[in-house]
Amino acid sequence: MTSNVTIRIQDADFDVNREIAALTTSRTDIGAVVTFSGICRGGEGAGDATTALTLEHYPGMAEAEIARHADEAMNRWPLTGVTIVHRVGRILPGENIMVVLTASAHRQAAFQAAEFLMDYLKAHAPFWKREETAGGSNWIAAKTDDDDAAARWDKN
Amino acid sequence: MKVVYFAWVRERIGKAEETVEPPAGVRTVGDLIGWLSTRGDEYAYAFETPKVIRAAIDHTHVRPDTVIAGAREIAFFPPMTGG
Repeated sequence: MTSNVTIRIQDADFDVNREIAALTTSRTDIGAVVTFSGICRGGEGAGDATTALTLEHYPGMAEAEIARHADEAMNRWPLTGVTIVHRVGRILPGENIMVVLTASAHRQAAFQAAEFLMDYLKAHAPFWKREETAGGSNWIAAKTDDDDAAARWDKN
Repeated sequence: MKVVYFAWVRERIGKAEETVEPPAGVRTVGDLIGWLSTRGDEYAYAFETPKVIRAAIDHTHVRPDTVIAGAREIAFFPPMTGG
């Protein structure tokens, strides 16, 4: 079983369908692809709705942390491939922020690995969001829930 | 050693990176935060709540009690909010 790991951090938007095709084209051993798309949410409130996000990252470490977690996922589940694309720079509501794709022969491994990767990336990958609203701009505060979500995957 | 800052830590200090030479008594990441905090109001502001500050040595997450000897690059940043 060969497997593909693709990790990219980029300013430009991406096409989720093209990323899925890159994982699956000319293969017949894949039965499931799970996609998590993170999308910039504008929010409902009139005054405090997000008008844009600016994503900052730590070049070098961000790639290394994502690769470390992708390797861990490949070791824990029988995956045929993992693709993680994360944008940086200014992103408008409705635009893609990131995508995690996990491919496997069967759905369970793909679902679990995608959730594991998202929980870990939220808590450990060095990215920071600055939010713009009509009233100004602020760094988004981390949720302690994200640490808890990552910790549930730790092996005892 | 090279020190790099991100997000609001970078904004509060007013620079993205610098080279520092802490005195011999500064052994750990926590010691370094304490020493940096004495370098000016902007540093004191950035590190005013040390327990929320995250650190990495040479691209690997570390804890406040990690010894800094041998580090090439130490990073300080807020809790992460990607994804």
